[in-house]
Amino acid sequence: MKTNFLMLHTITRIVAFIILSFSVFLFFAGHNNPGGGFIGGLMTASALLLLYVSFDLKTIKRVIPFNYSTMIAVGLLIAIATGLNSFLFGDPFLTQYFEYYDLPVLGETELTTALPFDLGIYLVVVGVALLTILTIAEDDA
Amino acid sequence: MEILMIITVGVLVSVATYMILTKSLLRVVLGIMLLSHGAHLLLLTLSGLGEGAPPLLGEQAEAYSDPLPQALILTAIVISFGVTAFLLVLAYRTYKEHKTDDLDELRGSADE
Amino acid sequence: MSTLHYLVLAPFIMAIFVPFFYKWFRNIHTGWFVLILPTVLFVYLLQYLPVGGPMEPLQLTVPWVPSLGINFTVYLDGLSLLFALLITGIGALVVLYSIYYIANKKDEPLNNFYVYLLMFMGAMLGVVLSDNLIVIYVFWELTSLASSLLIAYWFHKEKSRYGAQKSMFITVTGGFSMLAGFSLLYVMTNTFSIQEIIAQAGTIINDPLFIPAMLLILLGAFTKSAQFPFHIWLPDAMEAPTPVSAYLHSATMVKAGIYLVARLTPVFGGTAQWFWLLTIFGLVTLVWGSVSAIRQKDLKAILAFSTISQLGLIMSLLGLGSAAVHYDVAEVDMLYATAVMAAVFHLVNHATFKGSLFMVVGIVDHETGTRDIRNLGGLMTIMPITFTISLIGLASMAGLPPFNGFLSKEMFFTGTLNATTLDIFNVSTWGFLFPVLAWVASVFTFAYCMIMFFRTFTGKYQPEKLKKEAHEAPVGMLISPIVLASLVVIFGLFPNLLGYTIIEPAMQSILPNLLGEGDRFYVNIYHWHGLNPELFMTIGVVLFGMLVVLNLKRWQETTFFLKERDPLNRVYDSGLDGLITGSQRVTNFQMTGLLRDYFAFMMVFMIFLVGWTFIQFDALSFESLAMFDAGEVTPFLWIITLVLIAATVTMPFIQQRITGIIVVGVIGFLIALLFVVFRAPDLALTQLLVETVMVVLLLLAFYHLPELRKEKFTPRFRFTNLVISVGMGLMVTIIAFSVHALRQTSGFDPISDFFVEASVPLAGGYNMVNVILVDFRGLDTLLEVLVLAIAALGVVTLIKHKFKGGEDV
Repeated sequence: MKTNFLMLHTITRIVAFIILSFSVFLFFAGHNNPGGGFIGGLMTASALLLLYVSFDLKTIKRVIPFNYSTMIAVGLLIAIATGLNSFLFGDPFLTQYFEYYDLPVLGETELTTALPFDLGIYLVVVGVALLTILTIAEDDA
Repeated sequence: MEILMIITVGVLVSVATYMILTKSLLRVVLGIMLLSHGAHLLLLTLSGLGEGAPPLLGEQAEAYSDPLPQALILTAIVISFGVTAFLLVLAYRTYKEHKTDDLDELRGSADE
Repeated sequence: MSTLHYLVLAPFIMAIFVPFFYKWFRNIHTGWFVLILPTVLFVYLLQYLPVGGPMEPLQLTVPWVPSLGINFTVYLDGLSLLFALLITGIGALVVLYSIYYIANKKDEPLNNFYVYLLMFMGAMLGVVLSDNLIVIYVFWELTSLASSLLIAYWFHKEKSRYGAQKSMFITVTGGFSMLAGFSLLYVMTNTFSIQEIIAQAGTIINDPLFIPAMLLILLGAFTKSAQFPFHIWLPDAMEAPTPVSAYLHSATMVKAGIYLVARLTPVFGGTAQWFWLLTIFGLVTLVWGSVSAIRQKDLKAILAFSTISQLGLIMSLLGLGSAAVHYDVAEVDMLYATAVMAAVFHLVNHATFKGSLFMVVGIVDHETGTRDIRNLGGLMTIMPITFTISLIGLASMAGLPPFNGFLSKEMFFTGTLNATTLDIFNVSTWGFLFPVLAWVASVFTFAYCMIMFFRTFTGKYQPEKLKKEAHEAPVGMLISPIVLASLVVIFGLFPNLLGYTIIEPAMQSILPNLLGEGDRFYVNIYHWHGLNPELFMTIGVVLFGMLVVLNLKRWQETTFFLKERDPLNRVYDSGLDGLITGSQRVTNFQMTGLLRDYFAFMMVFMIFLVGWTFIQFDALSFESLAMFDAGEVTPFLWIITLVLIAATVTMPFIQQRITGIIVVGVIGFLIALLFVVFRAPDLALTQLLVETVMVVLLLLAFYHLPELRKEKFTPRFRFTNLVISVGMGLMVTIIAFSVHALRQTSGFDPISDFFVEASVPLAGGYNMVNVILVDFRGLDTLLEVLVLAIAALGVVTLIKHKFKGGEDV
């Protein structure tokens, strides 16, 4: 008998989308409000996990063709690169800078080097959580 | 308030230790999870509870609760997540290879 | 970084390139490339020789760990220059010799040999050229390491490995104790710089740590310089290729101990302990070494014991000379400073004649295939050049005129005779022993030189006992011993060449405070002193030495002669065995292979250690219990806490996997709620999300794992578990109480105020937790994600690569 998951799938799509957008919000809110790389990353991971759990691995793999181990590596490299960036200005490793800019549309916005660093963390956290879980799930031995 | 939390931490640590000392690999992993909960709570408690607003400067409060232990605990939570995941997989692989999760049976041979 | 710094580092830099030379220029012997370095260094160092004026010490500093006062300071004075010249000069000759000694065969790991040799050269230069004790220690241990590696160069031989291990154990033990001694010096003087310590020498002499520091440092020097009873490693070190023996185990490394003693004489000299320790150990080593050498059958073993005895001689001379520091009267001083002069002079002489002798023995070994004197004989006509070189070397070692060995031996006798007139340190009672022991040892020295000479070169040629047909060595192999032998002759005939270039500057560094500003020691060495006691002693040495040699046949069958191995080896061997079996027993007792036992050990230890510390410092306090106010706990908090405790307590009793997951999840979410209550929004969010992800993870993992069984424990097992876990809980609780009370009363300002003030102006962020994570403590976070990445990598490896149980991973 073929079970019908239509309800589940429909709701999951909506909910996952909401969680994903919220996780992006949390990630950007991080510097001034609760949130940041860790929290944003974990929330993104849980949204994706929800998709994996309610659909099946193959379907989602087709939709989200990320290689999570590459994601971890990219995340680490970004984080280290922001650290190395401070050498250009003769400061110690991982010195962060910030400045307020008047951007079109957004108005006065604060841009920090902490943001790409946090992005690195975000990528690593997403990568680690999903890589671990998917590796176990795919292990059929 | 701190006293209550300290006692809670004591209970968490005791139970965690007891579970770590048992023979089942799974209980050991669960025990380690409890132990890290205890440690996080202890750190937070000892920095003082209920003194001031959340550590968000946007609150414009008179006093804030101490942000440093919170940052430390945040790091610790994520690390213990990684470690627990690794331990779980280790337990899982061990069980697959040896068909047992009893630590007594898992001990190495005597001449090693 | 000055040129002298690069001089120390040059061998290490060269060592990096050696494997490439070896690989790319396979047809050219790697030694030719290596030879360039010591030659250049030697020539460069020659320019520092003082000609026509006193030596000005040179001091150049490069900071290394300035916060601990550890600087790489190069200090070049007479003593360092002497050693640096020996290291580079003999080094060049040895490398040249090794090119012919170790043939460039297909599977000969020449790259290893020269890398080790260069490593040694650099380390040894570091020891003698640096002024900082810690830097000296580091280089000192490097020489031990290099020596051990070189001894084990032919590592397929079991004896080589044994010798390497033995030398490593003994010298590193000594080095370690030396480090302790250096640390005590630092405690007393607050500096690691030798020159600064010397400046404070007068003030630390009454410090209670002065004697312990002296003993510890001497232990290091004695083990390195193979003084009795630590000399047993040197004969076994002879398993090394002969160039190595000539270089490390006779000319340079074993003299590191002598160097250290000489270098620290201004600090410790003038005290009775220093005088007696050096003199007694030196003389005992001298006699023991020379007597042991008599009964050896292996040419290299004879040389090894001879080296031991000569090192003892130099050590005792430094001891006798240190008496000079005690007096302030210049004329009296000169009487005892003679001993120091003899020590420096003999150091040079020993390097020349012993170096040439080692090389000659290497030639004999190389050309005949054996070093056993029972199989050798009659090589005089077959190897005439080798014969001449060894005649010169042996005559010098035996102390015969006109060679340099005679001169320094005469001075040694003068030194011991002068010492009998000392009126300090109770010398008058036992002082007569100095010349007696010196004389006895010289008799035996003469005897073993004769044995080496007659048994190798005269007598019957026994080709049937040799592995190869004997013939003269190739020219290249003879160059180095010829150079050294000619130095023996030159220094013997014109000893004053060395007088004010080498000997006097070195004496200045050993006894710096003896002379007034601008004064110099009077150094004039000559052969004929008239009919004085020393001359009669030498004549007696020759006569009695002859008697010993002539009567040797009669004693040859005694057990004393048949047993070649030093009896002290038994102490070492049984000690090592005991150590190994003992540690195996301890290991078997504690390493049960049961995870539970390891955890139990750790936890019990932790309970006792932390508990003891708190009781020790009287830090336990229960005052905070009195501050408990149930009223301030909201009902909401009561409920969370009680549910949390209840859930926790049920954990050990759960038998189903799914229940376990649910309860763990509940605990995690309750903790998250607590974070909300305690105003930690970031933590609450993280905990919630981690818990969510964790539940998925647990479900996945538990799906594969078996049910939690009800475990059958013996009552004793259950009881100890209970005791340990309750102990842990109590410990944490009580300590938390104490810390909490302390926090209320101590009035420490938490450092968090900094973050409150600095977050916006310095980092432009309003969420302090996040600012700490990404900005103030960014490195922690970076490393944390690294840990996460490693954990994930571990997970992937475990699952994808599937290690089997039996594999060695």
